[in-house]
Amino acid sequence: MATIPTLALNIGWGTTLAIKTIVVLTVIPLGAIVLGYVFLMKMMSHMQSRLGPMDPGGFHGWYQLVGDGLKFLQKEDIMPAESDRRVFAAAPAVVVMSTFLVFLVIPMGPDLVVKNLDVGVFYALAVSSLSVIGVLMAGWASANKFALLGALRAAAQLIAYELPLLLAVVGVVIQAGTMSLQGIVLSQQRGSVFGWGGLGEPFVLTQFIGFALFLVASQAELTQTPFDMPVAESELVAGYMVEYTGFRFLFFFIGEFGTAFAFSAIAATLFLGGWAIPGVHGDLANILGPVVLFAKLMIVAFLMFWVRFTYPRLREDQLQALAWKFLIPLGLANILLTGIFKVAL
Amino acid sequence: MSTTDTPATGFAVDRSALHHLADAQVNVELDTGDMILNLGPQHPATHGTLRIVVRLDGERVVTADPIIGYMHRGYEKLTEFRTYPQVTTLINRIDWLSSFANEVPFMDAAERLMSIEAPPRAKYIRTILTELSRIATFLLFLGEMAAQVGALTPVFYGFRDREYVLNLIEAATGGRFHPNFNRIGGLKDDLPWGWIAECRSTMKVVLNACDDFEDLVLGNEIFEARTRGIGIIPDHVGPSYGVSGSNLRASGVDWDLRRDGPPYLAYPDLDFKVWTHPDGDSYSRYWVRLQETREAARMVLQCLDGIPSGPVMAKVPRIIKVPEGEIWVETENPLGQMGYYVISKGGTGPFRVKIRSASFSNVSILPWLLRGVYVPDVITILASLYFILGDIDR
Repeated sequence: MATIPTLALNIGWGTTLAIKTIVVLTVIPLGAIVLGYVFLMKMMSHMQSRLGPMDPGGFHGWYQLVGDGLKFLQKEDIMPAESDRRVFAAAPAVVVMSTFLVFLVIPMGPDLVVKNLDVGVFYALAVSSLSVIGVLMAGWASANKFALLGALRAAAQLIAYELPLLLAVVGVVIQAGTMSLQGIVLSQQRGSVFGWGGLGEPFVLTQFIGFALFLVASQAELTQTPFDMPVAESELVAGYMVEYTGFRFLFFFIGEFGTAFAFSAIAATLFLGGWAIPGVHGDLANILGPVVLFAKLMIVAFLMFWVRFTYPRLREDQLQALAWKFLIPLGLANILLTGIFKVAL
Repeated sequence: MSTTDTPATGFAVDRSALHHLADAQVNVELDTGDMILNLGPQHPATHGTLRIVVRLDGERVVTADPIIGYMHRGYEKLTEFRTYPQVTTLINRIDWLSSFANEVPFMDAAERLMSIEAPPRAKYIRTILTELSRIATFLLFLGEMAAQVGALTPVFYGFRDREYVLNLIEAATGGRFHPNFNRIGGLKDDLPWGWIAECRSTMKVVLNACDDFEDLVLGNEIFEARTRGIGIIPDHVGPSYGVSGSNLRASGVDWDLRRDGPPYLAYPDLDFKVWTHPDGDSYSRYWVRLQETREAARMVLQCLDGIPSGPVMAKVPRIIKVPEGEIWVETENPLGQMGYYVISKGGTGPFRVKIRSASFSNVSILPWLLRGVYVPDVITILASLYFILGDIDR
């Protein structure tokens, strides 16, 4: 029986750094494109009894998003006369940057992780809220009242929903006993369901409240539909993005779907076992890991976008009330329960 | 306008405070200042070119002034330079979503002035097409309102099912939006062969669509949270602003010109219910329109069952000259009460036509209604009042 060739290559840190940089820089835009195509163009169309793009590229119009991207590149770059030019130009970069930073700590295999931080979860949630700064910058610098209203709403919302997001994760951290994402994946692999360890123990089984909380809160973090007051297209036109055109708008688009991609990946890692698949270990897991993670994150993303295309949006005060009066107490109760079980069992 | 008069900076100055300068300084420091937000004329929520100047305190509306006229096309004046048959082309562009219903009161007015009457079959066909345009208008509303509240999907269902109705109108009249099918004294043509069976099956589609909307939109908690208690028009305020149609019936006023007005078309023969809702909020406006869509479909089915045979055109002279006289005819259109005051001096065209369109009066309640609500609710209220800009500006 032939042994699987080892993948442990001896390469210098410079080459490693280059490879990691390239991977991160390509994965996020690619993920954004895949999510945009699969969910925004095809799933949404089919839910709305239409086909969506069918012609470009042959198979179900897969080329449409690439075409759209190219279209954005050749659009005129408009900057409002009253705008604060430097801040206006920097804002999309700040938003996209936070997405890239989140992806640094997500493990895609036993050895496939850009940086295995001990405080991985903490870091991921911390940098993901950097995008608020970008959003506020965009809204302020646009010199547009709609943009300013949108940015202020976004800031209020993102801050409010940061808490349930964190509280949802705390349950997982207590159960796993570590904040490292790689450690969380491994502890799910080691666990057992009613004494049967064949599947490991995906935390969605015990932390289902946390999973639901995480989905709701990340929906709000992504400003997707029940919580899309900041970009409400029927009233604020597009909120903080209203003055952006061309390439800068594309940045916001990549930021939106890239963040959806990253948050789905985090959810898949925390609750669905990440890259792990039963019975696969070692180098094969390194090869299959990204594929498994991708499949799991697509399931999470499906749930998120399903809600997005189904529900109307909550009003600003209603969504604040939901966060402070319902989700945060629920998150605290979940932590309490998890703590009791952790100590008692 | 003095209350909304502000300096160029956009910050309100309390003029009475100038007498007490010390107080004024304290006030100015504590006052966060109102922001003036221009909703429209190009804004997706006004679906047209309505402009609303909203003065905001935070997200709360202090005053709201609708500014209309961006779409004024001068139809009242234009009718004075057209012959009676040519006026049809103009007036079905007033409320472009239910063009056929716009033609009906004008035809009625001209026919009454000439003291001719359309044959019964023509009246029935007119009733069917009027109700079909009501269904088409309301199906669009049922999707559109959900879209304004933030749900992306129902609008496509509304458009999809409205398409079947528009196809029917097209099959009968040749035009989807502007049928131009009425003639003074009747209709241009009879219904095409097989149309009645087609219409029956389409009404089933419409009734199913109404069930879908009831499940999908009315049954949604977020939709309810966004619309219940928002934009309440009490039953004594609505009529004083001239609000009519479904907006008024949603306030609990049981008034429908098809039943309560002077008899027109085939409505006296039909058995139908006038739906009202006691609440008067945005939710009840949606609810009433949903019920009226169903009722309209049932009325079409009744008409199809009872449609008489015979000609569709009365005997009219080749060149239509309307004898001298004045007449006021009002009908219950999808958007509300629509009336024409036609003055004839005996020529081939009207001397003067005054058009009372429903949306104009429905929108006039906005300054009263929008005071003190949040910005998102402005959009909900605008959507639930359901106006067509062509119907406001004419």
